Amino acid sequence: MSINILEMKNITKTFPGGVIANKNINLKLRKGEVHTLLGENGAGKSTIMNILSGLYSPDSGNILINEKPVSLNSPKDAIKYGIGMVYQHFQLIPELSVVENVILGIKQRREPFLDIKGSADRILEYSNKYNMGIDPCAMVWQLSVGQQQWVEIIKALYRGARILVLDEPTAVLIPQEIDQLFNMIRQFTAADFSVIFISHKINEVKEISDRITILRKGQKVNTVETSEVSKPELAEMMVGREVLFKAYKKKAVPGVPALVLDKIEADNSKGLQALKIVSLAVKKGEILGIAGVDGNGQSELVEVIMGLRKSTSGSVKVMDKDVTNAHPREILDCSVGHIPEDRRVSGLMLEMNLRENLILHDYHTVPHSKFLLNWKFIKEHAEKLIEDYDIRTPNSDVLAGKLSGGNQQKLILARELHGNPDILVAMHATRGLDVGAIEYVHKNIIAQRDAGAAILYVSTEIDELLNISDRIAVIHSGEIMGIVNPDNVTIKELGLMMAGSKKDTLL
Amino acid sequence: MEVSNTILQIISSFIEADLRVAAPILIAAIGLLYMEKAGVVNIGAEGTMLIGALAGSIGAYLFQNPWMGALVAALAGGLVGVMFAYLVVTVKANQIVAGIAINILALGGTTTVNRIFFGLNASSSDIPSFTKVAIPLLSEIPVIGSLFNQLGLAYLAILMVPFTYYLMKKTTIGLSIRSVGEHPESADTAGINVFRIRYGTIIIGSMIIGVAGAYLSVGLLSFFSENMVSGRGYIALASVIFGKWNAFGVLGATLLFGFGDALQIRMQAIGSAIPYQFLLMLPYLLTVAAWSGFVGKAVAPKASGKPYFKG
Repeated sequence: MSINILEMKNITKTFPGGVIANKNINLKLRKGEVHTLLGENGAGKSTIMNILSGLYSPDSGNILINEKPVSLNSPKDAIKYGIGMVYQHFQLIPELSVVENVILGIKQRREPFLDIKGSADRILEYSNKYNMGIDPCAMVWQLSVGQQQWVEIIKALYRGARILVLDEPTAVLIPQEIDQLFNMIRQFTAADFSVIFISHKINEVKEISDRITILRKGQKVNTVETSEVSKPELAEMMVGREVLFKAYKKKAVPGVPALVLDKIEADNSKGLQALKIVSLAVKKGEILGIAGVDGNGQSELVEVIMGLRKSTSGSVKVMDKDVTNAHPREILDCSVGHIPEDRRVSGLMLEMNLRENLILHDYHTVPHSKFLLNWKFIKEHAEKLIEDYDIRTPNSDVLAGKLSGGNQQKLILARELHGNPDILVAMHATRGLDVGAIEYVHKNIIAQRDAGAAILYVSTEIDELLNISDRIAVIHSGEIMGIVNPDNVTIKELGLMMAGSKKDTLL
Repeated sequence: MEVSNTILQIISSFIEADLRVAAPILIAAIGLLYMEKAGVVNIGAEGTMLIGALAGSIGAYLFQNPWMGALVAALAGGLVGVMFAYLVVTVKANQIVAGIAINILALGGTTTVNRIFFGLNASSSDIPSFTKVAIPLLSEIPVIGSLFNQLGLAYLAILMVPFTYYLMKKTTIGLSIRSVGEHPESADTAGINVFRIRYGTIIIGSMIIGVAGAYLSVGLLSFFSENMVSGRGYIALASVIFGKWNAFGVLGATLLFGFGDALQIRMQAIGSAIPYQFLLMLPYLLTVAAWSGFVGKAVAPKASGKPYFKG
């Protein structure tokens, strides 16, 4: 049959400290196929990718390209052998133009002078061929996240990539863009390019791949033909046990509005308008999902609610109390919990231990402190929460930065939920977590809802929002496009709203 | 007629003085620009200049040639650069702390070496210095002709402005430098050697800063005096910020600082009622204004001041 353009044989990689990231991985990539690496976070997908890109060198094992052994010691080597990487965290430089980004590090025709014009023409050719709509002279910061992804792809093709490695490429795309990406991938494979598609989203994987290699805890579970395997089978191989696809939840029993936003407007950090007349009401006992592509005002919305950003007009009410532009502590004291968008940046103090992180809101109150901190109480309190929320740690002395992503999020849940808040504002609460941890977060949030909390749940994952929300509001460019019922909305409708169509115009 | 002639003369000498006092700051600022663009903040420019000034006077004395003085100053600056680069690139020391260390080292070190070499009562007698080079025709233009009657190094300084601008904008090496300053991780994955770029820009830039020191000791004066840089290194750093990391902007900023300096000299000379101590503050006040974000923000290279940890 078709030849293996790339083969990885018995790849093992151990990190300092003895963590085995890859153990005896075997992978064969055929010419012209889409081969998915499926696995949870920490399954070893990124390590394989970094080995292929020349950033890590394996402890043992061989890599063959076109059946000849090669050694990949630097990103340059990877490019030389036609391996093109599209990283999850884009490697583009926002302050440079598209052309500059694409030709960065490439030898020019008239060294040392840059061939901006010629390169721009070539970029435009790619852009037209794959229907990307990229202006080569635009600055990268002006592009949407989706377009930035296309630039990353052009960058790889421009360098002569025959093997494209896409790391969770759909994480930042709206459904229409995902379709566009899949069309591109089909064009690539039709031209005999090979694609390694890294993902943990089973639906997409089923749709686009020819074969799937499942990884778990650094080891290969199996390689299967996509047509011969079902979604539940894939999930089971990935997680190692059966998973529930639908979060189990009872029908919501909404009560009175608890969090009410009335015609809120606010600017972003660049002084541009980020929220336009946003009015929302979250009732007790319901989860209101906020859908939208990253960067459409979600951060600003949450910050205004939590008192972290001044609104320029409008009002925020919490249980009928006006807290517009109030001090954050005043808002937290109104029984509001907050799961911040980035647990490593604003959720936790990574350099502090678990005990200290657990009392960030309460340290100044009795019984945590009476002028001096009451460490005995704080320690017992921490140990109880660690047990209640199943935080995997040797003890409460450990620094928060040393925990895995899932355990960090449990730590935040423990801090925010243990007082049973009336209102919970959560943003990207499951971002970067594996299936097991996501399940845990969902279960806890639904339990809070059932206990009567009003929950605002911001996410960019449509599947997740459809699963967990009782209502979904779609935000685009700081404006609410409409509020829909997850039981009778299609993904296409949601996608159109995320791209800027008002709900009324869809009917 | 008499009066207007005098005014023209004053303006003419003012323009000349502006460029003359601005040139060393401009040279140092251009040197700094190279490493700043690659994401390195070198507050040690002050000390590097001082070492360059001493090395320049020693070189000029030993070889009896000011150009050899400038060359020795460049080499000395380069050596300081190697040390700074080792500290901030290889060992990943804090750039500000490393810079201050260089300044303190330079202050004490140059004083000591100067006294050993030239003795306690150094005089200018035996050190040759740069002389003014008038450009034919241009220097005869009324009023602004004085611009074209400068030390040879000043012309070099001016020429370095467009050179640096085009190098940064239009060449592969310039693009590599900018990418390292903005986002070293991306530069690395694009196959650019971040460490080499940072070492290179720090060493080349420090050599240029060394020459700026020589401009003082074998140009403006013809001897070395203790702490003769007196803040010009910091002003150069401020000029880079004031000029928004753009070579032409840096030229404008240094001319503005030179203007402040030239103005205070003139005003002292004409016996202004303002106490001269206040006038002396002028260039430094401008520097404080630049540092305190007077020019707006968010234009600095993103990775400014941050060491790069590979992998």
